[in-house]
Parts: sequence; structure tokens; C-alpha cells
Amino acid sequence: MLRLPRLRYLRPRTVDEAAEMAAANPGSMFIAGGTDLVPNLKRRQFDVSTLISLNALPAGAAVDGAAKRGLEIRAGATLDELAAHPALDGPFRALAQACALVSTPQVRAMGTLGGNLLVDPRCNYYNQTHSWRKAVGFCMKKDGEICLVARSSPRCWAVSSSDSAPVALALDAQVTLHGAEGTRRIPVAHLYRDDGIDYTNKRRDEVMTTIHFPAVEGRVTSAYWKLRRRPSFDFPILGAAVAITWDDGLVSQARGALGAVGSQPVDITPLLQGLKGTHPDGEAIAGVAEAADKPSRPLDNTDLSHYWRKRMTKVYIERALREACGLAPLEGRLTAQVKASAT
Amino acid sequence: MSIPERVAVRLRVNGEEAALMVPPYKTLLEVLREDMALTGTKHGCELGESSTCGVLVDGKPFLSCLSMPLDLEGREITTVEGMSADGRSHPLQIAFAELGAAQCGYCTPAMLLTAKALLDRDPHPSRGAIMEAIAGVLCRCTGYLKIFEAVELAASRVGTPAR
Amino acid sequence: MTSSADDLSIVGKSLIKPDAFSKVSGQTKFADDLALPRMIYGRILRSPHPYARILHVETSRARAHPGVLAVLTGDDLPVKFGILPISQDEEALARDRVRYVGDPIAAVAATDEWIADEALDLIEVQFQTLPPVMSIEQAIAGNGEPIHGKSNVHKTVALEFGDTGEAMRAAAHVREDTVFFEGNTHLPMEQHAALAQVAADGKLTLWTSSQTPHYVHRALGKVLEMPMSRIRVIATPNGGGFGGKSDIFSHELVAAKLALVTGRPVKITLTREEVFYAHRGRHPVLMKVKTGFTKDGRITAMQFQSFLDGGGYGSYGVASTYYTGALQATTYAIPRYRFEAVRLFTNKPPCGPKRGHGTPQPRFALETHLDKVAEELGIDPVEIRLRNLPKADSRTVNWLRITSFGLEECINKVVEGSGFLKRRTSMPAGRGLGFAVSCYLSGAGTAIYWNDMPHSEVQLKLDRNGGVSLLCGAIDIGQGSDHILAAIVAEVLGVSLEDIQLTTADTDLTPIDLGSYSSRVTFMAGNAAKAAAENVRDRLFEVAARALQCDRDDLIARDHRIVRRNRPAEGMDFAQAVQLAEADDGVVTGTGSYTPPKLAGPYKGSGVGPSPAYSYSAAVVEVDCDTQTGEVRVPEVWIAHDIGRAINPMLVIGQVEGSVYMALGEALMEEQTFRLGLHKFPSLLEYKSPTALETPIMHTYLVETIDREGPFGAKEAGQGPLLPVIPAVANAIYNALGVRIDEVPITPDKVLKAMNDKAKRVGPKSVPAFDFPPLIDADVPDEWQGK
Repeated sequence: MLRLPRLRYLRPRTVDEAAEMAAANPGSMFIAGGTDLVPNLKRRQFDVSTLISLNALPAGAAVDGAAKRGLEIRAGATLDELAAHPALDGPFRALAQACALVSTPQVRAMGTLGGNLLVDPRCNYYNQTHSWRKAVGFCMKKDGEICLVARSSPRCWAVSSSDSAPVALALDAQVTLHGAEGTRRIPVAHLYRDDGIDYTNKRRDEVMTTIHFPAVEGRVTSAYWKLRRRPSFDFPILGAAVAITWDDGLVSQARGALGAVGSQPVDITPLLQGLKGTHPDGEAIAGVAEAADKPSRPLDNTDLSHYWRKRMTKVYIERALREACGLAPLEGRLTAQVKASAT
Repeated sequence: MSIPERVAVRLRVNGEEAALMVPPYKTLLEVLREDMALTGTKHGCELGESSTCGVLVDGKPFLSCLSMPLDLEGREITTVEGMSADGRSHPLQIAFAELGAAQCGYCTPAMLLTAKALLDRDPHPSRGAIMEAIAGVLCRCTGYLKIFEAVELAASRVGTPAR
Repeated sequence: MTSSADDLSIVGKSLIKPDAFSKVSGQTKFADDLALPRMIYGRILRSPHPYARILHVETSRARAHPGVLAVLTGDDLPVKFGILPISQDEEALARDRVRYVGDPIAAVAATDEWIADEALDLIEVQFQTLPPVMSIEQAIAGNGEPIHGKSNVHKTVALEFGDTGEAMRAAAHVREDTVFFEGNTHLPMEQHAALAQVAADGKLTLWTSSQTPHYVHRALGKVLEMPMSRIRVIATPNGGGFGGKSDIFSHELVAAKLALVTGRPVKITLTREEVFYAHRGRHPVLMKVKTGFTKDGRITAMQFQSFLDGGGYGSYGVASTYYTGALQATTYAIPRYRFEAVRLFTNKPPCGPKRGHGTPQPRFALETHLDKVAEELGIDPVEIRLRNLPKADSRTVNWLRITSFGLEECINKVVEGSGFLKRRTSMPAGRGLGFAVSCYLSGAGTAIYWNDMPHSEVQLKLDRNGGVSLLCGAIDIGQGSDHILAAIVAEVLGVSLEDIQLTTADTDLTPIDLGSYSSRVTFMAGNAAKAAAENVRDRLFEVAARALQCDRDDLIARDHRIVRRNRPAEGMDFAQAVQLAEADDGVVTGTGSYTPPKLAGPYKGSGVGPSPAYSYSAAVVEVDCDTQTGEVRVPEVWIAHDIGRAINPMLVIGQVEGSVYMALGEALMEEQTFRLGLHKFPSLLEYKSPTALETPIMHTYLVETIDREGPFGAKEAGQGPLLPVIPAVANAIYNALGVRIDEVPITPDKVLKAMNDKAKRVGPKSVPAFDFPPLIDADVPDEWQGK
């Protein structure tokens, strides 16, 4: 049986205590749902002597506020409660969609939004057991010197594999980080770094406590489309999140982000500006999507071929935009999010 | 600080309190199987990739292989051994047996518990809801159809008098 | 004796199987659920290199590690073994060379798994790496040190039945296709486990999740150099097998040796990654099929070539090789047939038998090929099959004996059920229907090791209170073999299922059954059980006839009574009859055995393929394709299976549905691929297997043909129904999109590539040049002379 390394398990009762424990224990990591961390630890992807559980912290409501005045979501809220939360039924629907599309019902019952935003970037040279990685020759993300997917690369190309991260970016969210030296609130856009190893600006003693979504003015629609092989279990091998602000039937603002095309979620908002001031039809959306896939540069380190994943980018941007704009799915095409229905 | 060899954990499993001394890095799966002899909970990967180790925590399907016992103190854990009551099988167990929904039987404990969580919240689920609910448990034998049918059969009997 | 359904009270009924409640309660003890006092844990150090010479293994640091009780290397288990007598090429722990990443090298036993893992890290192995062979082409090119012997060629076959060259020249229409079937694996949910214990008197017991405890027993005797009488092997219920637990595995031998060395019970449970290395799964096979036809679509000759990528060891590979050519002619009346095959060693985990052993690959080749020919000849895909069906009670050109034959009825069921002929020409965009048929064995007609003894044996002991103890070497792997045995005995004795107490797969207690592989248990163990039951029933009838003063032929056993056929009031309770028999002559026992008829043809290699009976299947698959992404979903499947007779229709349907499921996984996603010499993704997350959400609607039709040699007429169900589904998916995609994906699995990137390809096809262009040995010009049966 694969087992965790020997480690201490601490259970702080306050966020301050958690942050202090982390500061005092250099070989420690936080654990919440554990659905990403525990498998990674069983594969020895981190050297950890102490886990600091966030599961004994005081827990309030999962969601506070409303679209009109802004939403605050507790980082420890589980993905299954957010997937079905009525507060996410309107403008922030893409977030509920993303949460509902993470892995399996079991993982969603255990996993948290904070944990999903901070999922360790994945790579199929890295998310392997210690003995497999030893056999192939360790990579720079853990125990090695080089990147196995791009051997001459000075950096790690592990893939941001969060479903919620591109949505948070498209919805212009902010996060509160609570550390030993104080609390700060930063835009999600500043949370991530384009590096497979040092992928966030969160300091290791900082606990993510809250995700803030801005107050909505006017009508906002959003959508998230996830590409993966199977409709359960699988991490995204592409995610497309879009959020459209409407003014009198016309697009006043269009934001978007891609997931799983690089080491961080990629903002495609500048590439969606052609929609502004229009009432987009299918043709306009297809045209914008065609150009908006530019920042997608998948490498051969996830499921399926990276050429295909690159080609899928515009398809998924188009599908997400059509949904957010209220257009029907295209004729003669599978809608990947429509689940197989029997009898 | 050194790593303690064992810590005290108090778990409530199938309605019974158990006071245990276990290594703090043992997952719930290991504690159930190795320290409590509850081997009805299986394992297929220990990585959350099959859900064969599924149990219920406060009625929700959890992965025992990724759950840390210290975090589960005070919560209600249900394993397949806790599905029958007073010597009587749960309607789902009866339906699974009647319809041949357990072939090798290895994913069966997790399937049963996952289905129980569904029926407890939605006593008459649609086929689609059943598919969604058990989409996290892999089965290699049945092709899932007999499992869907067994959940439907059990649901149809809930609320009807026992025969 | 054939029985009509009306006479039967248990056979033919969808009853709850005897082990069902044990399974739904979690009480079934799988191998890893077992624990013994003072038990310790074993772990195996495996090769990090696909191909390397072992120069030195240094174990002193591991031995000195606190908590470590033993360390083994290859020198501790030097005797070679292998499942086939002809391929004794494996070592429990490699001594000289490692041949794939994952090949076992050393083992430790320690007081817990943490310590055992640490000890593995303390073993230092010096390797001299060798250039690995990772493909069929590289294996044929043969640069570098051969993996075994003098070349990488493990096995070749070259057979010809009738002059196919002449027939091809004379044919009105000839077509040739080249296709590839990528390897995939069984992926049982239970990871293999073995627990070994040595008693104070030195006797060894091994509990193991094995489909073939008898073969494990033989291998333990050989490798441990112990008399088999001092070894007891108990197979635990398998948490899924599919062929993956039908070989002899390193961890079984190592656990036994560690128990012998330490005197402590030793358990080894493989991790999921190790299960991928244990493998013995589907061979990757590159195939070329060439067929000649008359202008109305009748086959005049076929030439079939297969190239098997065998992995690092022989395993069942010789049989797998023959199977890629055996069953073409049991499905279609092929008057002249040439079969050439080569199995090559490569530096990958060894391949072996997976559900359908060696036949899904050629089935994919043949059924897609026929679809293409039908289109060229302007015949519909159903009609071209119907025009080429063999007949019941016939012999094929390669000497396979067909008894019952229900394929035509299977075809009719699925074609009508799906509305195939009408709907296929009017499907909406992206939708398609595909059709294919197949055939499979009901047990291999020859044993793995040559002998004249039965393939299956059953022993019964009747209790004076009416209970029946049933002992048989067969192991239930989820397919329901316990039920089949109990149902047959209960039927013959006229008692109920609950009266049967099963003891299975325990070499100390149970008579031989060769194992749960090759779809043989219902047919062979079922026949043995029936013979055993008839044997004891005869004895009961004898004493009952004396007591009732009637003729014993006048008696029947039914409803726990032995009564006169036409005067049911005259009779006695079953238990009373047992008591009379026991008083008369002591303990009431009976045995039954089954030895398949000798059916092999008069040529070398004729031992693989013969079976006492063949099952048949037909399938129609509907696909829904995304024309922008190439993704394929299967919303509905119609499948018909000629089961002979369903001993328990519910269990048969379960086997059919499970086969369809596994076939769809193979058709659309499952594959073992390698990169830098390693398995690319040895995990349940990245080796894709279908989830509940991908389950299609399935319409299952059971066709009963009451085979004259099967128990109550039964044939197999566990493997055959997988076969037609994979090519039916490919044919449906062609119907939907007009593209041919001549390569399994059919992933979305391939579909999209084909849609943008000029030839509208993705697949291999040719087979590599290879010098097959001279063709053996085999005799053909009389009925094919001169055809």
C-alpha cells in the first residue's frame, strides 16, 4: 500500500496559530481537504515533516454577501457545497460549474476552493511515484536538475490544473492571505506566477482565508468549459472561463482566462475586446475565439496530444462564449458538459 | 520536534466510539483496515483515483485513503460493515445481491455507500442522478448497468413495507 | 441427456449467487484482507531500466536496517519458471539481466511497510545499461543484444491450408488492409496480493489472488525445490481478474521464500504501479489481412499476418500468437487460409492473456476489413457476413470443430433490435451505426502442460442431513463460477442452492481445475460438477429404488425428494435417501471429471484454437461524434450472444454487459504507452478506464443453442461478447464521419486528424519486412479438399 511519509500532524485552532506554526516549522505544509496534497505526499513529491491541518479552524458560512454587493467565499468551503450554492447561480455561475467539474463527488466533498485554487501544477513526468521518477531521472520540480518535457528549458513547465483558477481570474476575484506577518488582499491576477515550481506569490506561512468576488453592476453572465478525457476523475487539460458584462443588450465588458495551457491561468481578456459594444452572434464569437487561442501553448506533459489540445483551445473558447452569450450549442456537436443520459 | 510514534485518536465508526493509539500519518483507510479490522473498506490505488476506499463521513462519500483520522474526531464514519442494522441487510445490499450488481465485489462496498448517500438525500433519484453519484467509483466488472438498476430497485422499495 | 427448460428448477433461473451476500456485506476476504499473527510485510525492488545487465546487488545496508528481517536477491531463487513449459524464461528476482522497467531484482521483509520501503532504497544495484527495444520494428531490426537467446524473435508461425496464392489470383475482388491494435491492460480493481505462512512442521501455505492456483502450485514446487505435497495454495476470491491474475508472479514466489527464510507470515500486496508492471495484458499487434472474394462477396481465400509486441518474457505468448490466427475460420467459412505470425520480445512488461486472449486484435482487423469490402462490392455489411457463415456441426479449414452455431440468430437480433439496415443510411450529422460479429472458445481444448488427465474435477460429499459439500479447484473471479457449480449440482440432485456448501481453489482440499481462464469454467468445471452429481444421484437412486421397490430409471430428484417419475407421491426425502445410502455403504461421496475431446488437427501448432464448443456474438454500436473535436461517445449498444444455454441468465447478462464496457474502454481510450523506456502512466488516473457516466444503454439478447457437449447445453459468456464491440465502434465512426481509424484506441486526436486527412484515414501504412519461415502446407479436412 502506498503510504504517507512519517510526519507530525498539527491542528491549530486559529488562523494566527496556523500561520505561526508554519513560520516556526520550515518543513511544514498546510492541509485542508487533502485530495491533492495526500496523493502527492504518497508519491513523495514534497519533503515534509509536518502537516498543519486547517480543518480545526473556526468555520463560518461558505458564502457571504450577494452578487450586487460582492461575494465572499470562505477558502475552506468545499467544492460540492459551492457547486450547488444558490449564491453562485447568477453572475458567478462559472464558478459553480468549475467546482462541479472537479474530479469526483468524493473529491468535491472533501476538497476546498482554496485547495483547488492552489493545486500543485501537474506534469506527467512529475505526478508519478518516487521510484518512477527515479527511473526516468528526476526533474527540476523535485530532486532533479532539468525539465523533462523541454530539456533545454531553464524553467519548469508543470501545468496549472485548477478548474477554479481561470474562473477566479475571469471574474476578477481577489484573495485574502493571512500570514505570520499580517494579512493582505491581492487580486487573483497577482496570486499566480508563470513557473511550474514557484507558482504562487503566496508565502508559505500564509493561509488563504477568503476569495472575494466584486460587486456586479448590471447583468453579468459567465461560463466555464472544461476539456478532459472522461467526464469524471480527470484534471482539466484545457479550461476556458469567460465573463460578460451586458449593458442594454450589448457587451460592455468581456473577460476570459484559460486553464491548463501553461503554468498559471492565462488571461485572454485583451483578446476578447472585439466583442465590446456588440450583440455577438455566432459568427462574431467564432472570429474572436479563433484569435483568442494565441496564448495557449500546451506541451506534451498531460493527457492526449498537445497539438490537439492547442486546436481545442479556440473550440472551447467559442463554446464558453456562446454559452455566456445565450446562444445554443452548435448543431451536430457533442456538448461535452451534457452528460450521457440513459433511458 | 520529533515525529510521535503514536497519537491518541477517538473515532466514531458505525455508531461505535473507538479510542485508538495510531501513528499520526496513517490515513483513515489504514486505521480502519489495520487497527480496527474493518477490511470491508477496500483500496485500489491509495491515491483517490478509484474511490474503492470510499466511506461516508457525516453521510457524505469520502475517500478514506486521503482522510486524516485526527481531522475526523467527532464525525460519524460509516463503512460497509455499518450498512446492515439489527442483523438485516440494507435494501441496497439486497438489491445488489438480487440483481448481480456485485460481480467480483471489490468496488461494491464503496458503490453501496455512495448509493446510500444518494438515497439518503434523494430517495427517488433519476438514472442521471445515479450515474452522477457513482461516477467517482470505478468498476471493471459490471459495466455499471446492473449497479444503476440495483440502486433503482432499492429506491423503489424505500417507503414500501418490508416483505 | 438434454433437458428442456420446463424440467429444470435451478438451471436457467436468475437466482442470487451463493457469494452475493458475502460480497455486499464486505465479508468476502480478498487476499490483502487477510492478516496473521506476527505477520510481516514484503516489498520488491524493481528495475529502473528497460534493459540492463545486473553487475552487482549490494544488500548489506538494507540487511542492517532496523526492522528488516530478510533480504532476497536472484541467487536465492535461481530456478527459472514460466506459465508455459515451452517458455521457462522468468526468474522470481532477476539475476543476470533486467528486461523491463519494473522487472523484480530484490526483495525485503520488514516489520512494517515504511521500513520495507526504506530498506529498498538501501539496496544498491550496479547496472550496465543496454540499448532498449521498445517497438516491433526495433525488435525486428535487432541491433544490440537480443532480449532472450539469439534474436528478439520469440515465436513464429507459418501455416497454409490450401493454396491461397492461387485463390487470390483467381479472385474477382481482393483487398488488403493494415491495422494496429495498441496494448492495454486488465486493470482489476484489486491489486494482486499474496500471503505466505510456514507451519512449524515446515509446510508452506500461500493465499493468493490468483486465477490459476494449480499453476502457481506447480511453479512454487519447481522454484522452491519443494515437493508439491508440502505446499498448499489457496486462491482467494479475485477482486477482478480478466486474465491478469492467471500467470505466476514474482511476488507469489518471493512471499513464499521470505516466509521460509524468516519463519514469519509474509504478505506482499502490489501497489497500483506494480500491477501495471505485472501486466500480462493485451499484446500490441500490427496486422495485415488480405482476402479474396467472388463478386457476390463470398470469401475464396484469406492471408493473415500478425506481429505481436510481446514484452520482456514469454508468458502465454506462444498461445497468444496462435490465437491471433485461430478463430477467423470459425466465424467465416474460409476455404483457403494462410496464417503467418511472429511474437517479438521487447523491453516492456510482458504481455499475456486479457479477456479474449489474442483474438480482439485480429477481430478488429477482420471486421473493419469486411466492412470496407462490403462497401466496395456494394453489399450491405450484414449481408456480406451472412453470405460467409460456417455451418453448425462442421469443421473449419484449420480443423476446428464447430458444434452449436447461433451466429445467424445473433445477427438477426441486433440488426432488428437496432434497426441497423434502415437507420444507418439516415443518421443525423455526427451519428453513426456500426456492426460486427465474433466467435470465442468455451475453454481451451488442450492443457497448458501436456498430460492426459482431466481439465476439471469435482468432488461431492453428501451429509446425512441433506447438505452437499462441493469441492472444486475453480476460483470465482467475479464471473459467478461458484454459482454455476452450485446450480448444476443442485439441479441434478433436486436440492436448493442453499444446500450446497462450496470449498474452492484449495490445493489441499479440492480436486484440480486448471483455472479461471480461457472461458473454461462453466463448460469444463460445469461438466465435471454435473458428472459428479449424477454419480452420487445414481447411488441414491439405487438405494431408493430398492426401498421403493421400483426401477431406478423410474426415479427423479426434485424439490428435496426422490420420487417416482409418474407417481410423485411415492418417494422419500433426499436426506432419507442419503441416510439409506450411508447405512448401506458408508460415506456418500462422488466425483466427476471433464476431459475435453481430442480435437487438434494434424499439423504442428494445432493445439491452440480447438475448443469443445464456440460461442458467437454480434453487436451494433451507435456513436455520437463531435465534428469539431473528434470526441466519440457511445450512447447505445445492441449485443446478442450465443450462450448455448444460460445457467443463470442474470449472471450471463452481467458478463455480456461487463464485456461491452471493457470493449468500449479498449476501443476509445485504454492503452499502454511507453516513453523513455517507461510505462508512460502507471496509474488509475492516467490509464483511462470508462466511468459510470460513459455507460451506454445496452440491449442484450441471449441466444440459446443448447450445445450438445456443454453442461445443460451451456457455452461461455465471459470473453466472447467483448470481441465484436471494438470493430463495431470503428465501423460506426466510419458511418458517422466517413473516416477510417485503423488503429485502436480511437482517440479524439486521431479522429480529428483523419477528418482533415486527404485519405480520411489514420492507421499504419505497412508492416515491416520480416522473413517468416517457410509455410507449412497443412492438410485440410475432407470437406475443404479441392475448394
